[in-house]
Amino acid sequence: MRRFDPTALPGFAFVAVVAVLALWAPIVTMVVYSFNASDSVAVWGGFSLEWYAVAAGNEAVQGAAIRSLWIAFCASAIATTVATMAALGTTRRGRFRGDRAIYAMVNQPLMVPEIVTAVALLIVFASLKVLTGYTGLGWLILAHSAFCVPFAYLPIRARLEGMDTTLEGAAADLYATPWQAFRRVTLPLLVPGIAAGAMLAFVISLDDVIITEFVKSAGQDTLPTYMLGQLRRAVTPEVNAISTALLVLTMALLTAFFAMTRTRKPT
Amino acid sequence: MAGGVPAAAAPQGRATPAQARAGWWLSAPALVLLAVGATGPLIVIVIYAFLAKGSYSGVEWELSFDAWFQVLFQRDIFDDTVSFADAHLAIFWRSVKLSVLTTALAFAVGLPTAWFIATRPAAQRTWWLFAITIPFWTNLLIRTFAIMEVIRNGGLMNSALIALGVIETPIQILYTDTAVLIGMVYVYLPLMVLPLYAAVERFDMTLLEAAHDLYASRLQALRRVVLPVIRPGIVAGSILVFVPSLGAYVTPRILGGGKNMMIGNFIELQFGQGRNWPLGAALSLILLVIVLTALLTLTRLTERNDGR
Amino acid sequence: MRLTTLTSALALCATGALAQGQLNIYNWGNYTSPEMIEKFEAETGIDVTITDYDSNDTALAKIEAGGHGFDIVVPTHSVLPVWIEKGLLQKPGIPEMENYGNIAERWRTVDWDPGREWSVPWQWGTTGVAVNTSVYDGDPNTSAIWLDPPEELVGKVNVVPEMQDVINLALLYVGGTPCSADREELRAARDVLVAAKPKWMSMDYGMTEKLGNGDVSASVNWNGSTFRARNTNPDVVYGYPREGYVVWMDNAAILADAQNVDEAKAFLNFIMAPENAAMISGFARYANGIEGSEAFMPEDMRTAPEIVVPEDLQDAGVFTLACPGETNEMYSAIWTELLR
Repeated sequence: MRRFDPTALPGFAFVAVVAVLALWAPIVTMVVYSFNASDSVAVWGGFSLEWYAVAAGNEAVQGAAIRSLWIAFCASAIATTVATMAALGTTRRGRFRGDRAIYAMVNQPLMVPEIVTAVALLIVFASLKVLTGYTGLGWLILAHSAFCVPFAYLPIRARLEGMDTTLEGAAADLYATPWQAFRRVTLPLLVPGIAAGAMLAFVISLDDVIITEFVKSAGQDTLPTYMLGQLRRAVTPEVNAISTALLVLTMALLTAFFAMTRTRKPT
Repeated sequence: MAGGVPAAAAPQGRATPAQARAGWWLSAPALVLLAVGATGPLIVIVIYAFLAKGSYSGVEWELSFDAWFQVLFQRDIFDDTVSFADAHLAIFWRSVKLSVLTTALAFAVGLPTAWFIATRPAAQRTWWLFAITIPFWTNLLIRTFAIMEVIRNGGLMNSALIALGVIETPIQILYTDTAVLIGMVYVYLPLMVLPLYAAVERFDMTLLEAAHDLYASRLQALRRVVLPVIRPGIVAGSILVFVPSLGAYVTPRILGGGKNMMIGNFIELQFGQGRNWPLGAALSLILLVIVLTALLTLTRLTERNDGR
Repeated sequence: MRLTTLTSALALCATGALAQGQLNIYNWGNYTSPEMIEKFEAETGIDVTITDYDSNDTALAKIEAGGHGFDIVVPTHSVLPVWIEKGLLQKPGIPEMENYGNIAERWRTVDWDPGREWSVPWQWGTTGVAVNTSVYDGDPNTSAIWLDPPEELVGKVNVVPEMQDVINLALLYVGGTPCSADREELRAARDVLVAAKPKWMSMDYGMTEKLGNGDVSASVNWNGSTFRARNTNPDVVYGYPREGYVVWMDNAAILADAQNVDEAKAFLNFIMAPENAAMISGFARYANGIEGSEAFMPEDMRTAPEIVVPEDLQDAGVFTLACPGETNEMYSAIWTELLR
């Protein structure tokens, strides 16, 4: 009898590869148009590096790009931390009074359309800004952290649900403190969920337009709000250029990061 | 800490008071963050739904149920007759329909993808995960414009199909519901793949071999062995895709050509050009109730599975 | 180890604040000439920060909520009276400014700001129709292009999703007046819109691109955008509907709660100088309302048919203010029915 190998389902591999290719097709288009000579993201006018020069000379768009990354980094770190804790708190311990309320609350940002949260946050934060006199990026990070929580929470919870508790029990039997048991047993098992959650949170924060548009103070444009402002008039390949640069940068950073962790792995 | 849960304690049934306390403490930071960033604003919205609309936009601080009346009924602007607001129903219906389709399609593509990634050797998995997510580090608006470039009449897809001789004249996809569907599946696919991946990765592949040895057909093995284990991932993915697509705004507007509104656009209209904030607030509360119902039903489904 | 890194990263996030510029301008996106800002910074030593918005509604909501930190805003004339009425702006003594005399006669006494006490002209333009003449070469100077499209244009027409402008244009087309409360007029406008909609392809922005690459053959569009589209596609022409078209002006004003009032005043005076106003126009491709700025403008702008309104169609241009609440409710109802 042919040995059954669940890792080699041909149809699945095909779908997966096509899906990945399809996901990259628009990105390739974006990269191609970043080299466009004409001032359009849809009409090809020949090869040119003009837009890289424009982007390089435009502090506003650079600042916006860096601000986007910074906010996304902070917000996803905060959201993933609190979401991991909440996921640990609401799974694998049986029902308790209010657990459904926690669940609903954690997922609340999902349930309200962005524009509504945006308007409401504007009202709340504007008065807080006046009250505290602080108008820094903290408000944006706070808003982003909040709406990223469910995106981090759900994958982590999905990972935790039904995760075997016997290992932790064994650790406890071996006189590991709860913290040691968590640090050495639960956390490593949880890593794929946390990674998935953190990636989602990062992406969701990077993409946010409307909430940012309403919460931002002077000089706090992010790449999405910068583009939103262009939408009515004309979007130029300048944003393609800056996005391509960012793409190359992130890929380089990732490769470097993996090269580093690879060598450290044996420990 | 959660690590302290003794192995003997069944995850089902009721938690001990100590466990419940730990549960609350662990959830506290998230709850505080969300109280400021989500619940506070929600309370503002609830209040706004019961106020009168302001002279230009915004609200007047007086109790009014106009918004709720306007949600359900429309006063004909020409003869003042009051009738059921079927336009609103049509808009809600279109959104629900498209969101269900988006979720189903994302699942159909997402499950094989997640499965494929989870069954790669451990060292490769991260690379595949990044292959899925890196496109999403590029801003949504840029991606949406790029999708438009791919599917438009003179675009990549139509040109390729014509060159291959599959079609003779370009198919009009841009500005149709199909374009919105393609765009939404594209945008929300990682939200399906990543939770599914987290669940599948945990799945013990030897179970499948065992099922196979016991002469289970592939379908049986999928239904009886795989699905129960990865169901939490499916639920998480479906929530993450379905709920945001219900309120989707950018994709329908750009790829759908904006000729037909979805709920998200309709609510946006009220806060923007429509200058009717209370109506926008009331509409979002209705959407909230729909989503909450769907969410709780889905959680019940996982719980039933847990208690199996 | 990793947890410590995370904690320190989180601590860092909380402190990430941004240095404030000395003049904070809140303006439409892609609308402010960077060269002009550089020149202003070089001449005055003031550090300028530009922040974008995408609609009058967003801008108004944000400023009204407070705590924003902006000094200058550039609302469209139609909503400027609302800003004034709500007390969001201040009178910076514009008529006493050195360059005040440069404002063209036509723009000095305007309905939305008589005597120019509150605002100075930024740019003005028109909302008309753009047509690709290789698809349809009939008369472009009519709203029938999109409200009763000729055979060639059916299914290829776009309408920009500006509720107020679109319904105003339809009202003008059926012989009504903008912001009309007359139900018969509104009904006629609704009927003509609902009947025309199946013949439209989309209701979208971004027509510079789509007219340029031929995806869209005709559109309700702004003149400046059409000008840019013509640069990529010479077949595109701009029409001024003789039934009536919309004229608008964006105006720079100082916010009541501005932190940097002197710098803001210097900026308003600066943009009233012809050579500076010309830089604004050269960037965004709209006319500016400053006398003598043409001399500093690129040649193609001085003669552009999108900018120079033909003599016989000048009277068809209409300035519309924001409709009163009740009328706007009717507009919303028509719009919802149209987009259901």
